[in-house]
Amino acid sequence: MQKFLFDVNRDPGLQQRFLADRAAVLNGYPLSAEERGALMAGDVGLVYVLGANGQLLMHFAALLGMEWSAYIAAMREGVARHGPVRAGIYAMTTRLDEKVADV
Amino acid sequence: MSLVFAGIASHAPGITGRAHMADADVVREFHGAYRDMGRRLAAAAPDALIVVSAEHFANFFMNNMPAFAVGMAGEYEGPIEDPAWLGIERRKIPGDAALSGRLIREMMQTVDVAYAEEWKFDHGIMVPLHFLTPKYDLPVIPANINCQGPPLTPLHRAWAFGEAIRRAADSVPQRIALVGAGGISHWPATPDSGKINEAWDREFLASWARNDRAAMLSYTDEATYRDAGQGGFEIRAFIAVAAAACGRGTIQHYRPIPIFAVGCTVASMEIGRQAPTCRT
Repeated sequence: MQKFLFDVNRDPGLQQRFLADRAAVLNGYPLSAEERGALMAGDVGLVYVLGANGQLLMHFAALLGMEWSAYIAAMREGVARHGPVRAGIYAMTTRLDEKVADV
Repeated sequence: MSLVFAGIASHAPGITGRAHMADADVVREFHGAYRDMGRRLAAAAPDALIVVSAEHFANFFMNNMPAFAVGMAGEYEGPIEDPAWLGIERRKIPGDAALSGRLIREMMQTVDVAYAEEWKFDHGIMVPLHFLTPKYDLPVIPANINCQGPPLTPLHRAWAFGEAIRRAADSVPQRIALVGAGGISHWPATPDSGKINEAWDREFLASWARNDRAAMLSYTDEATYRDAGQGGFEIRAFIAVAAAACGRGTIQHYRPIPIFAVGCTVASMEIGRQAPTCRT
């Protein structure tokens, strides 16, 4: 999943192909059903909980056209729906009802 | 000829991309301090600028992650991010492949650096250049320390890298400027974005300013993650500059700006005696 995010973040051509046909691009990556479903749906909250590095995810959210506050809210909602971040070093340490930097 | 300028600064993408979301006076003061640093850098008349940063998977990934990498291209491109999102236009940035090669050869005498003839700059380098060399007319040599994908580069190796940069800079005929770009405590790209441990930041910056090697190398990754977030791992860039400059630092600007996700820092360091005589 992170390899896909790495690739798409740095390749404008792949970004266009992904936006045009998500399934076709994702077929090229070994993804679990949960990972594939989250990427297909643009479910930034679930991708976050699955352990995607935050830096990779931040740019993917921008590619999906998410405004800053919506992106922050999506991650928080992901933790509320699916529980704590499962891997990596980008865990949430604030409370679910906490607004940091007013967003 | 030698190292002629050394400084550190924040590189968070919000500094440019979310400037409109912060208090205008606060932004003006910080951006002004950043541009002032650019003027001091220009006054040192450098022939090239080394930017030691912590990149964020723009070029280096877990399939083959170097502890250190230095660019060796004649030209670079950035930002890799959406230009509208970052608030910086995509452009070419001049490099100097021959100078990079000479510097890398000297660095390799003590540190096993990877080199890269291809390098797309992300905000880690583009944000500093936006303020420091806004005409993009100074050749840039990018350098990366792995602060992103554990196992991370040990702090004492970041120090050794800084010493190698200094020795390399002093071995070439060109005048070399050095800027370390990164964050102190911060929790970027998480719902915690905007959380800042100001006391931790001020303690680290005080250690940096008096070039207290022992204090700067005393942080464990576990304690840094707990107290300063994963963004705190980027102190490696600041440590490398302290090792290279070997002098005393001056903090020109420090203020937490939560919507920028970091304690916004601009600082410079006098050029002291050549490393490795700088041991405190």
